[in-house]
Amino acid sequence: MRLTAVDLACRRGGRDVFSGVSFNVGAGELLAITGRNGAGKSSLLRIVAGLIRPVGGRLWLEAGDPELSIAEQVHYLGHQDPVKPSLSVLENLQFWAAFFAGGAIKVHDALESVGLGAIATLPAGYLSAGQRRRLSIARLIAVKRPIWLLDEPTSTLDAAAQQRVAEFMRSHLNEGGLVLAATHSALGLSNIQELSLDQKNPSPLVGEGLGGGWAGSVAATTQSLHLFTSTPDPSPHGGGELS
Amino acid sequence: MNPLAALLLRDMRIAVRVGGGALIGVLFFLVVVSVTPFAVGPDLALLKRIGPAILWLAALLASLLALDRLFASDHEDGSLDLILTGRAPLELVVAAKGIAHWLTTALPLVVAAPLIALLLDLDGSAEAGLVLTLLVGTPALTFIGLIGAAIAVTLRRGGLLLAIIVLPLTVPVLIFGVAAANAAVAGPVPFGTPFTVLCALTLASLVIGPFAAAAALRLDME
Repeated sequence: MRLTAVDLACRRGGRDVFSGVSFNVGAGELLAITGRNGAGKSSLLRIVAGLIRPVGGRLWLEAGDPELSIAEQVHYLGHQDPVKPSLSVLENLQFWAAFFAGGAIKVHDALESVGLGAIATLPAGYLSAGQRRRLSIARLIAVKRPIWLLDEPTSTLDAAAQQRVAEFMRSHLNEGGLVLAATHSALGLSNIQELSLDQKNPSPLVGEGLGGGWAGSVAATTQSLHLFTSTPDPSPHGGGELS
Repeated sequence: MNPLAALLLRDMRIAVRVGGGALIGVLFFLVVVSVTPFAVGPDLALLKRIGPAILWLAALLASLLALDRLFASDHEDGSLDLILTGRAPLELVVAAKGIAHWLTTALPLVVAAPLIALLLDLDGSAEAGLVLTLLVGTPALTFIGLIGAAIAVTLRRGGLLLAIIVLPLTVPVLIFGVAAANAAVAGPVPFGTPFTVLCALTLASLVIGPFAAAAALRLDME
Protein backbone atom coordinates (compact mmCIF):
# COMPACT_ATOMS: atom_id res chain seq x y z
CA MET A 1 0.00 0.00 0.00
CA ARG A 2 1.39 3.37 -0.99
CA LEU A 3 -0.14 6.82 -0.73
CA THR A 4 1.27 9.36 -3.16
CA ALA A 5 0.54 13.05 -3.56
CA VAL A 6 1.93 15.24 -6.30
CA ASP A 7 1.80 19.03 -6.34
CA LEU A 8 -1.16 19.36 -4.00
CA ALA A 9 -2.42 22.91 -3.62
CA CYS A 10 -4.89 24.19 -1.10
CA ARG A 11 -6.84 27.43 -0.93
CA ARG A 12 -8.96 28.37 2.05
CA GLY A 13 -11.15 31.45 2.16
CA GLY A 14 -9.51 32.92 -0.94
CA ARG A 15 -6.00 32.58 0.51
CA ASP A 16 -3.43 30.19 -0.89
CA VAL A 17 -2.41 28.04 2.06
CA PHE A 18 0.13 25.88 0.28
CA SER A 19 0.93 24.64 -3.17
CA GLY A 20 3.35 22.18 -4.70
CA VAL A 21 3.21 19.74 -1.80
CA SER A 22 4.25 16.20 -2.72
CA PHE A 23 4.82 13.15 -0.61
CA ASN A 24 5.04 9.44 -0.92
CA VAL A 25 4.27 7.19 2.03
CA GLY A 26 4.46 3.42 1.90
CA ALA A 27 3.19 0.69 4.18
CA GLY A 28 4.81 0.87 7.59
CA GLU A 29 5.92 4.46 7.16
CA LEU A 30 5.07 7.57 9.09
CA LEU A 31 4.91 11.01 7.54
CA ALA A 32 5.36 13.75 10.12
CA ILE A 33 3.89 17.00 8.82
CA THR A 34 5.48 20.01 10.44
CA GLY A 35 5.11 23.72 10.04
CA ARG A 36 4.20 26.90 11.86
CA ASN A 37 0.61 27.66 12.84
CA GLY A 38 -1.47 28.26 9.75
CA ALA A 39 0.98 26.50 7.44
CA GLY A 40 -1.74 24.11 6.36
CA LYS A 41 -0.99 20.94 8.35
CA SER A 42 -4.63 20.35 9.21
CA SER A 43 -5.76 21.33 5.72
CA LEU A 44 -3.40 18.75 4.21
CA LEU A 45 -4.83 16.03 6.44
CA ARG A 46 -8.38 17.11 5.60
CA ILE A 47 -7.54 16.92 1.90
CA VAL A 48 -6.36 13.34 2.32
CA ALA A 49 -9.51 12.56 4.31
CA GLY A 50 -11.60 13.91 1.43
CA LEU A 51 -13.09 16.70 3.55
CA ILE A 52 -11.60 19.52 1.46
CA ARG A 53 -11.05 19.48 -2.26
CA PRO A 54 -7.53 20.50 -3.28
CA VAL A 55 -7.35 23.24 -5.92
CA GLY A 56 -4.53 21.46 -7.69
CA GLY A 57 -2.43 18.31 -7.71
CA ARG A 58 -3.22 14.63 -7.49
CA LEU A 59 -3.55 12.12 -4.71
CA TRP A 60 -3.76 8.40 -5.19
CA LEU A 61 -3.46 5.16 -3.30
CA GLU A 62 -1.78 2.07 -4.69
CA ALA A 63 -2.68 -1.40 -3.52
CA GLY A 64 -5.56 -0.19 -1.39
CA ASP A 65 -9.06 -1.59 -1.52
CA PRO A 66 -10.21 -0.81 -5.07
CA GLU A 67 -13.86 -0.80 -3.99
CA LEU A 68 -13.35 2.05 -1.56
CA SER A 69 -12.30 5.68 -1.87
CA ILE A 70 -9.27 6.91 0.06
CA ALA A 71 -11.58 8.69 2.50
CA GLU A 72 -13.26 5.39 3.30
CA GLN A 73 -9.95 3.83 4.26
CA VAL A 74 -8.74 6.52 6.64
CA HIS A 75 -9.14 7.18 10.31
CA TYR A 76 -9.26 10.94 10.76
CA LEU A 77 -8.38 12.15 14.24
CA GLY A 78 -9.04 15.89 14.11
CA HIS A 79 -8.80 18.69 16.65
CA GLN A 80 -12.23 18.00 18.01
CA ASP A 81 -13.31 14.90 19.82
CA PRO A 82 -16.63 13.67 18.46
CA VAL A 83 -17.97 12.69 21.85
CA LYS A 84 -21.61 13.14 22.82
CA PRO A 85 -21.86 14.26 26.46
CA SER A 86 -25.20 12.57 27.14
CA LEU A 87 -24.04 9.14 26.00
CA SER A 88 -21.81 6.96 28.12
CA VAL A 89 -18.17 6.37 27.22
CA LEU A 90 -19.04 2.89 26.02
CA GLU A 91 -22.04 4.04 23.96
CA ASN A 92 -19.95 6.68 22.24
CA LEU A 93 -17.35 4.15 21.17
CA GLN A 94 -19.94 1.51 20.28
CA PHE A 95 -21.63 3.97 17.96
CA TRP A 96 -18.47 4.81 16.03
CA ALA A 97 -17.44 1.18 15.87
CA ALA A 98 -20.85 0.20 14.47
CA PHE A 99 -20.91 3.17 12.12
CA PHE A 100 -17.49 2.42 10.65
CA ALA A 101 -17.39 -1.35 10.75
CA GLY A 102 -21.07 -2.13 10.37
CA GLY A 103 -20.77 -5.15 12.61
CA ALA A 104 -20.64 -6.17 16.21
CA ILE A 105 -17.27 -5.02 17.46
CA LYS A 106 -15.70 -5.84 20.79
CA VAL A 107 -15.05 -2.35 22.04
CA HIS A 108 -14.20 -3.18 25.64
CA ASP A 109 -10.63 -4.15 24.79
CA ALA A 110 -10.12 -0.85 22.99
CA LEU A 111 -11.43 1.05 26.02
CA GLU A 112 -9.13 -0.93 28.30
CA SER A 113 -6.14 -0.22 26.10
CA VAL A 114 -6.63 3.55 26.39
CA GLY A 115 -7.26 3.32 30.12
CA LEU A 116 -10.98 4.11 30.12
CA GLY A 117 -12.23 0.61 30.93
CA ALA A 118 -13.07 1.50 34.52
CA ILE A 119 -15.35 4.40 33.58
CA ALA A 120 -17.10 2.80 30.60
CA THR A 121 -20.58 3.55 31.95
CA LEU A 122 -19.87 7.17 32.91
CA PRO A 123 -21.64 9.80 30.79
CA ALA A 124 -19.00 11.25 28.50
CA GLY A 125 -19.90 14.78 29.57
CA TYR A 126 -17.86 14.21 32.73
CA LEU A 127 -14.65 13.38 30.86
CA SER A 128 -11.63 15.67 30.90
CA ALA A 129 -10.08 16.91 27.66
CA GLY A 130 -7.40 14.23 27.83
CA GLN A 131 -9.94 11.50 28.50
CA ARG A 132 -12.06 12.62 25.56
CA ARG A 133 -8.99 12.43 23.37
CA ARG A 134 -8.29 8.90 24.65
CA LEU A 135 -11.85 7.96 23.75
CA SER A 136 -11.26 9.26 20.23
CA ILE A 137 -8.05 7.26 19.99
CA ALA A 138 -9.90 4.13 21.13
CA ARG A 139 -11.85 4.40 17.88
CA LEU A 140 -8.65 3.81 15.91
CA ILE A 141 -7.99 0.69 17.94
CA ALA A 142 -11.52 -0.70 17.78
CA VAL A 143 -11.93 -0.48 14.00
CA LYS A 144 -9.11 -1.38 11.62
CA ARG A 145 -8.44 1.08 8.84
CA PRO A 146 -5.09 1.20 7.03
CA ILE A 147 -4.40 4.94 6.95
CA TRP A 148 -4.30 7.04 10.09
CA LEU A 149 -4.52 10.82 9.78
CA LEU A 150 -3.61 12.30 13.13
CA ASP A 151 -3.90 16.01 13.79
CA GLU A 152 -1.93 16.87 16.93
CA PRO A 153 -2.80 13.47 18.42
CA THR A 154 -1.05 14.02 21.72
CA SER A 155 -1.86 17.66 22.42
CA THR A 156 -4.00 17.13 25.51
CA LEU A 157 -2.46 13.89 26.71
CA ASP A 158 -0.21 13.31 29.70
CA ALA A 159 3.25 11.78 29.30
CA ALA A 160 2.11 8.20 29.90
CA ALA A 161 -0.72 8.49 27.41
CA GLN A 162 1.59 10.07 24.82
CA GLN A 163 3.83 7.04 25.23
CA ARG A 164 0.82 4.79 24.73
CA VAL A 165 -0.14 6.60 21.54
CA ALA A 166 3.38 6.15 20.21
CA GLU A 167 3.04 2.43 20.93
CA PHE A 168 -0.29 2.29 19.09
CA MET A 169 1.29 4.02 16.12
CA ARG A 170 4.28 1.67 16.19
CA SER A 171 2.11 -1.44 16.19
CA HIS A 172 -0.09 0.05 13.45
CA LEU A 173 3.03 0.66 11.35
CA ASN A 174 4.29 -2.85 12.07
CA GLU A 175 1.02 -4.26 10.75
CA GLY A 176 1.65 -2.46 7.47
CA GLY A 177 -0.41 0.64 8.14
CA LEU A 178 0.33 4.21 7.15
CA VAL A 179 0.37 7.18 9.48
CA LEU A 180 0.25 10.84 8.53
CA ALA A 181 0.65 12.98 11.62
CA ALA A 182 0.64 16.74 12.03
CA THR A 183 2.72 17.22 15.10
CA HIS A 184 4.98 19.52 17.04
CA SER A 185 6.48 16.89 19.28
CA ALA A 186 8.88 14.11 18.46
CA LEU A 187 6.94 10.93 18.88
CA GLY A 188 9.94 8.72 19.53
CA LEU A 189 9.33 6.62 16.47
CA SER A 190 11.71 5.48 13.78
CA ASN A 191 11.01 5.26 10.08
CA ILE A 192 9.79 8.85 9.94
CA GLN A 193 9.64 11.04 6.89
CA GLU A 194 9.23 14.70 7.60
CA LEU A 195 7.19 17.01 5.42
CA SER A 196 7.64 20.66 6.31
CA LEU A 197 5.02 23.08 5.09
CA ASP A 198 7.03 26.12 6.19
CA GLN A 199 7.94 28.38 3.36
CA LYS A 200 11.45 29.71 2.98
CA ASN A 201 10.41 33.31 2.52
CA PRO A 202 7.81 34.64 4.89
CA SER A 203 4.82 35.88 2.99
CA PRO A 204 5.07 39.60 2.28
CA LEU A 205 2.51 41.67 4.07
CA VAL A 206 2.03 44.04 1.16
CA GLY A 207 2.05 43.37 -2.54
CA GLU A 208 5.11 44.33 -4.55
CA GLY A 209 3.34 46.49 -7.03
CA LEU A 210 0.54 48.94 -6.86
CA GLY A 211 -1.67 47.17 -9.35
CA GLY A 212 -2.57 43.54 -8.79
CA GLY A 213 -0.20 43.38 -5.86
CA TRP A 214 -2.12 40.74 -3.99
CA ALA A 215 -2.13 38.33 -6.87
CA GLY A 216 1.60 38.78 -7.12
CA SER A 217 2.23 38.25 -3.43
CA VAL A 218 0.08 35.17 -3.36
CA ALA A 219 2.06 33.70 -6.20
CA ALA A 220 5.27 34.56 -4.35
CA THR A 221 4.32 32.45 -1.36
CA THR A 222 4.83 29.21 -3.22
CA GLN A 223 5.91 26.69 -0.67
CA SER A 224 9.23 25.03 -0.56
CA LEU A 225 9.15 21.40 0.29
CA HIS A 226 11.62 19.41 2.29
CA LEU A 227 11.15 15.72 2.12
CA PHE A 228 13.77 13.76 3.91
CA THR A 229 14.15 10.84 6.20
CA SER A 230 15.13 11.81 9.68
CA THR A 231 16.20 9.87 12.70
CA PRO A 232 13.97 10.33 15.68
CA ASP A 233 14.85 13.14 18.01
CA PRO A 234 16.22 11.51 21.15
CA SER A 235 15.35 14.41 23.43
CA PRO A 236 11.66 14.39 24.18
CA HIS A 237 11.02 18.10 24.01
CA GLY A 238 7.73 19.18 25.43
CA GLY A 239 5.99 20.00 22.23
CA GLY A 240 2.37 20.76 22.07
CA GLU A 241 2.15 23.77 24.36
CA LEU A 242 1.34 25.95 21.43
CA SER A 243 -1.10 23.57 19.86
CA MET B 1 -25.28 -3.37 13.58
CA ASN B 2 -25.90 -1.57 10.33
CA PRO B 3 -24.22 1.89 10.27
CA LEU B 4 -27.51 3.63 9.58
CA ALA B 5 -29.31 1.75 12.34
CA ALA B 6 -26.48 2.69 14.70
CA LEU B 7 -26.87 6.35 13.75
CA LEU B 8 -30.64 6.22 14.16
CA LEU B 9 -30.30 4.64 17.59
CA ARG B 10 -27.64 7.13 18.67
CA ASP B 11 -29.69 10.16 17.62
CA MET B 12 -32.77 8.83 19.39
CA ARG B 13 -30.78 8.13 22.54
CA ILE B 14 -29.33 11.63 22.54
CA ALA B 15 -32.75 13.14 21.94
CA VAL B 16 -34.46 11.41 24.86
CA ARG B 17 -31.66 12.04 27.37
CA VAL B 18 -30.98 15.18 29.38
CA GLY B 19 -30.74 18.24 27.16
CA GLY B 20 -31.81 16.31 24.10
CA GLY B 21 -34.95 18.29 23.40
CA ALA B 22 -37.26 15.43 22.38
CA LEU B 23 -40.11 16.69 24.55
CA ILE B 24 -39.62 20.40 23.80
CA GLY B 25 -41.63 20.12 20.60
CA VAL B 26 -44.60 18.36 22.12
CA LEU B 27 -44.65 20.67 25.14
CA PHE B 28 -44.59 23.72 22.88
CA PHE B 29 -47.43 22.19 20.88
CA LEU B 30 -49.49 21.60 24.02
CA VAL B 31 -48.85 25.10 25.35
CA VAL B 32 -49.75 26.88 22.11
CA VAL B 33 -52.94 24.91 21.58
CA SER B 34 -54.09 25.12 25.18
CA VAL B 35 -53.68 28.91 25.43
CA THR B 36 -55.57 29.47 22.19
CA PRO B 37 -59.05 29.16 23.80
CA PHE B 38 -58.05 31.82 26.33
CA ALA B 39 -57.13 34.18 23.52
CA VAL B 40 -60.11 33.43 21.28
CA GLY B 41 -62.71 33.20 24.01
CA PRO B 42 -65.17 30.45 24.95
CA ASP B 43 -66.94 30.33 21.59
CA LEU B 44 -67.12 26.61 20.88
CA ALA B 45 -68.33 27.01 17.30
CA LEU B 46 -65.43 29.31 16.48
CA LEU B 47 -62.90 27.03 18.19
CA LYS B 48 -64.20 24.08 16.26
CA ARG B 49 -63.85 26.01 13.02
CA ILE B 50 -60.27 27.23 13.58
CA GLY B 51 -59.16 24.20 15.62
CA PRO B 52 -57.49 22.25 12.78
CA ALA B 53 -55.59 25.35 11.64
CA ILE B 54 -54.35 26.05 15.19
CA LEU B 55 -53.20 22.45 15.62
CA TRP B 56 -51.39 22.49 12.29
CA LEU B 57 -49.71 25.84 12.93
CA ALA B 58 -48.55 24.67 16.33
CA ALA B 59 -47.23 21.45 14.81
CA LEU B 60 -45.37 23.36 12.10
CA LEU B 61 -43.68 25.71 14.58
CA ALA B 62 -42.93 22.88 17.00
CA SER B 63 -41.25 20.90 14.24
CA LEU B 64 -38.86 23.83 13.64
CA LEU B 65 -37.80 24.09 17.27
CA ALA B 66 -35.10 21.47 17.60
CA LEU B 67 -34.26 21.36 13.92
CA ASP B 68 -31.34 23.80 13.93
CA ARG B 69 -29.34 21.47 16.19
CA LEU B 70 -29.85 18.48 13.90
CA PHE B 71 -26.60 18.85 11.96
CA ALA B 72 -25.05 21.78 13.86
CA SER B 73 -24.28 19.72 16.97
CA ASP B 74 -22.57 17.07 14.85
CA HIS B 75 -20.67 19.77 12.98
CA GLU B 76 -19.42 21.47 16.15
CA ASP B 77 -17.91 18.39 17.77
CA GLY B 78 -16.39 16.99 14.59
CA SER B 79 -18.83 14.09 14.25
CA LEU B 80 -19.86 15.28 10.81
CA ASP B 81 -16.27 14.97 9.53
CA LEU B 82 -16.19 11.35 10.63
CA ILE B 83 -19.64 10.65 9.23
CA LEU B 84 -18.35 11.88 5.87
CA THR B 85 -15.43 9.42 6.01
CA GLY B 86 -17.86 6.56 6.71
CA ARG B 87 -18.98 4.12 4.08
CA ALA B 88 -22.68 4.90 4.37
CA PRO B 89 -23.94 7.21 1.58
CA LEU B 90 -24.52 10.71 2.91
CA GLU B 91 -28.07 10.80 1.52
CA LEU B 92 -29.03 7.77 3.61
CA VAL B 93 -27.22 9.18 6.63
CA VAL B 94 -29.27 12.36 6.31
CA ALA B 95 -32.45 10.32 5.91
CA ALA B 96 -31.62 8.27 9.03
CA LYS B 97 -31.10 11.46 11.03
CA GLY B 98 -34.39 12.79 9.69
CA ILE B 99 -36.25 9.65 10.72
CA ALA B 100 -34.70 9.76 14.20
CA HIS B 101 -35.73 13.41 14.50
CA TRP B 102 -39.28 12.64 13.39
CA LEU B 103 -39.59 9.70 15.78
CA THR B 104 -38.42 11.74 18.77
CA THR B 105 -40.04 15.14 18.12
CA ALA B 106 -42.99 14.76 15.75
CA LEU B 107 -44.39 11.38 16.72
CA PRO B 108 -45.00 12.40 20.38
CA LEU B 109 -46.87 15.38 18.98
CA VAL B 110 -49.11 13.16 16.86
CA VAL B 111 -49.75 10.98 19.91
CA ALA B 112 -50.67 14.02 22.02
CA ALA B 113 -52.94 15.49 19.37
CA PRO B 114 -56.12 13.51 20.28
CA LEU B 115 -55.92 14.74 23.88
CA ILE B 116 -55.40 18.33 22.90
CA ALA B 117 -58.13 18.16 20.25
CA LEU B 118 -60.64 17.85 23.11
CA LEU B 119 -59.76 21.40 24.13
CA LEU B 120 -60.93 22.60 20.73
CA ASP B 121 -64.22 20.72 20.88
CA LEU B 122 -63.35 18.16 18.22
CA ASP B 123 -65.07 14.81 18.48
CA GLY B 124 -64.58 11.21 17.32
CA SER B 125 -64.25 11.03 13.57
CA ALA B 126 -63.02 14.63 13.22
CA GLU B 127 -60.32 13.88 15.75
CA ALA B 128 -59.27 10.72 13.93
CA GLY B 129 -59.06 12.58 10.61
CA LEU B 130 -57.02 15.36 12.17
CA VAL B 131 -54.55 12.95 13.77
CA LEU B 132 -54.23 11.11 10.48
CA THR B 133 -53.32 14.34 8.64
CA LEU B 134 -50.69 15.12 11.28
CA LEU B 135 -49.28 11.59 11.09
CA VAL B 136 -48.96 11.81 7.33
CA GLY B 137 -47.98 15.48 7.10
CA THR B 138 -45.32 15.87 9.81
CA PRO B 139 -42.72 13.69 7.99
CA ALA B 140 -42.91 16.22 5.15
CA LEU B 141 -42.25 19.05 7.62
CA THR B 142 -39.23 17.21 9.05
CA PHE B 143 -37.73 16.28 5.70
CA ILE B 144 -38.19 19.77 4.23
CA GLY B 145 -36.64 21.05 7.45
CA LEU B 146 -33.60 18.86 6.83
CA ILE B 147 -32.69 21.05 3.87
CA GLY B 148 -32.74 24.21 5.96
CA ALA B 149 -30.83 22.52 8.78
CA ALA B 150 -28.13 21.44 6.34
CA ILE B 151 -27.83 24.91 4.81
CA ALA B 152 -27.60 26.60 8.22
CA VAL B 153 -25.13 24.08 9.66
CA THR B 154 -22.04 26.28 9.71
CA LEU B 155 -23.82 29.31 11.15
CA ARG B 156 -23.55 29.92 14.86
CA ARG B 157 -27.16 30.90 15.39
CA GLY B 158 -28.88 29.47 12.39
CA GLY B 159 -32.30 29.08 13.99
CA LEU B 160 -33.90 32.19 12.53
CA LEU B 161 -32.36 31.71 9.10
CA LEU B 162 -33.61 28.15 9.22
CA ALA B 163 -37.18 29.33 9.82
CA ILE B 164 -36.94 31.82 6.95
CA ILE B 165 -35.65 29.14 4.57
CA VAL B 166 -37.99 26.38 5.65
CA LEU B 167 -41.35 28.07 6.29
CA PRO B 168 -42.08 29.10 2.67
CA LEU B 169 -41.32 25.56 1.52
CA THR B 170 -43.78 24.13 4.01
CA VAL B 171 -46.71 26.27 2.86
CA PRO B 172 -48.14 23.61 0.48
CA VAL B 173 -48.00 21.03 3.26
CA LEU B 174 -49.77 23.44 5.59
CA ILE B 175 -52.48 24.25 3.03
CA PHE B 176 -53.34 20.66 2.22
CA GLY B 177 -52.88 19.46 5.80
CA VAL B 178 -55.36 22.03 7.12
CA ALA B 179 -57.70 21.46 4.15
CA ALA B 180 -57.80 17.73 4.84
CA ALA B 181 -58.26 18.29 8.56
CA ASN B 182 -61.06 20.78 7.92
CA ALA B 183 -62.71 18.34 5.57
CA ALA B 184 -62.64 15.73 8.32
CA VAL B 185 -64.06 18.16 10.87
CA ALA B 186 -66.70 20.07 8.94
CA GLY B 187 -66.80 19.05 5.29
CA PRO B 188 -68.15 19.74 2.71
CA VAL B 189 -65.09 18.77 0.62
CA PRO B 190 -64.46 15.01 0.71
CA PHE B 191 -61.54 14.14 3.01
CA GLY B 192 -59.78 12.07 0.34
CA THR B 193 -58.99 14.85 -2.11
CA PRO B 194 -56.71 17.12 -0.03
CA PHE B 195 -55.46 14.11 1.93
CA THR B 196 -54.15 12.43 -1.22
CA VAL B 197 -52.29 15.59 -2.19
CA LEU B 198 -50.83 15.73 1.33
CA CYS B 199 -49.59 12.13 0.93
CA ALA B 200 -48.01 13.06 -2.38
CA LEU B 201 -46.25 16.07 -0.85
CA THR B 202 -44.87 13.86 1.91
CA LEU B 203 -43.61 11.22 -0.50
CA ALA B 204 -41.95 13.87 -2.66
CA SER B 205 -40.23 15.51 0.30
CA LEU B 206 -39.03 12.12 1.58
CA VAL B 207 -37.15 11.76 -1.71
CA ILE B 208 -36.03 15.34 -2.35
CA GLY B 209 -35.16 16.28 1.25
CA PRO B 210 -32.24 13.86 1.81
CA PHE B 211 -30.65 14.56 -1.59
CA ALA B 212 -30.91 18.33 -1.21
CA ALA B 213 -29.69 18.25 2.39
CA ALA B 214 -26.74 15.99 1.51
CA ALA B 215 -25.76 18.31 -1.34
CA ALA B 216 -25.95 21.30 1.03
CA LEU B 217 -23.80 19.52 3.60
CA ARG B 218 -21.15 18.70 1.00
CA LEU B 219 -21.04 22.37 0.00
CA ASP B 220 -20.85 23.46 3.63
CA MET B 221 -17.83 21.29 4.30
CA GLU B 222 -15.76 22.89 1.55
